[in-house]
Amino acid sequence: MVGVPSRHRSLALLAGVLLAQVLMLALQVKRDSRGRLIRVWSMTAVSPFEKGGAWGFDKVRGVWGHYFALQGTTRQNEELRAENDELKLAISQLQSKAAEGDRLALLLNFRQSHEKVPMVMARVIGASAGTASHTVEIDRGERDGIRRNMAVITPDGAVGKIIESYRDTAQVLLLSDKEGGAGAMLVSSRIQSPVKGTGEPMLSMSYVAAEETVNAGEKIVTSGMDKIFPRDVPIGTVLDVKQGNPFKQIRVKPAARLDRLEEVIVLLTQEPVNFKSDTEEQGAQPAAGNSAVPAAGKPAAEKP
Amino acid sequence: MNDTFELRDSESHIEVHKFFPGAVLGMAVVSLVLQRILPVYLPKLEILDLPLLATIYFGLSRRNPSTGLLLGTMIGLMQDSLSGPTVPFGEYGIAKTVIGYLASSIGSRLDTEHPLARFALVGLFYVVHQASLTVVRRLLLNQPEGWFNMHLAIAALVNAVLGVVLFVGLDRLRR
Repeated sequence: MVGVPSRHRSLALLAGVLLAQVLMLALQVKRDSRGRLIRVWSMTAVSPFEKGGAWGFDKVRGVWGHYFALQGTTRQNEELRAENDELKLAISQLQSKAAEGDRLALLLNFRQSHEKVPMVMARVIGASAGTASHTVEIDRGERDGIRRNMAVITPDGAVGKIIESYRDTAQVLLLSDKEGGAGAMLVSSRIQSPVKGTGEPMLSMSYVAAEETVNAGEKIVTSGMDKIFPRDVPIGTVLDVKQGNPFKQIRVKPAARLDRLEEVIVLLTQEPVNFKSDTEEQGAQPAAGNSAVPAAGKPAAEKP
Repeated sequence: MNDTFELRDSESHIEVHKFFPGAVLGMAVVSLVLQRILPVYLPKLEILDLPLLATIYFGLSRRNPSTGLLLGTMIGLMQDSLSGPTVPFGEYGIAKTVIGYLASSIGSRLDTEHPLARFALVGLFYVVHQASLTVVRRLLLNQPEGWFNMHLAIAALVNAVLGVVLFVGLDRLRR
């Protein structure tokens, strides 16, 4: 047996005795806020292993959970997909409700700002069965005072007229129908000419003499000459102008969204309705040869 | 009766002294008692470290690192126990363990009988002892402690002088 040199033995003894005393010190000494020093040392020594162990455990659990324990995942995925679809539907419904609320608020605001004008608010409950005609059906009829040839509008502008009125419902011929139209005039130049439907989304303004100046973007309002619409109800905006002989060919973009009607207003009278924002804005533009724009609800000056 | 023998290997021709029975333990206790009593009557003697001198002397004389460090441990722990509740066990124990080991290790290699050698060694060990205490206090006890100051130098000098004188008297305890 190989003997251990005495020098090494004494060194080992020194280390042992010192270590024992250090441990004894650590058992006695208390750090201010961290407890006994031996505890601090123990925690310092053990915590890396604890952290390593926790990290390893998390990794193992993650691998197990993500790659092996997937028994219920498919079913859970299907449930979540179904729930997601339901939530999407609910969101869509809520958005629709919110949009409807906005529209109704707009109508109500319009109604309140024209309290003296007899009108009926109606909901669009149907549309024409074919593409040949542009009509809609509303949920108000004769019982509400609705009669033929009454004007139908929205806060945006003219929509059309009542062509049939039943007890509780009525049919509206839209401006965009080939048979539809309204007496109109250019706001800036006060040129009067009927606007007619084309069977397409855009309207046309006929009978504007070729020598007249019409620019794209000009506003067009009702003239009141058709005895259906009151004056100054917005009809639309000039989209483009083609030179013709003897009349210009003018395409008009409707002011009201005729393809997305949901609520409309039926005017029970031909009294003027104030669409202040449109007419006054347009009237404020400096147009050559333009006479003063009539105030809302007042007779406009006739073109000389 | 021959009270010395010679080391055989590289440390040949260096005597290992033996003492009368009870001399080592008795001197250790006496040094501790005096260390407690003297400063009461002569406060300036607080600068002395009699247990350290005892550790150094017996370490240098016996020249066995194992017994030297154990003697240092014993004296140090006793000094800890007598130093009041504010001094934890091990503070002086560790320092004197180191000194006991170093003294006996050096004593087995050098002739430490000469007064000049004793003076230098006692001064050196005093500084090492204080350094050990400082390490323990700073690292283990979290106590701010300066490494060196003039008081340390003076204390080392005084203890070295006393050690030279005292060791001559202690030599008489040898067998």
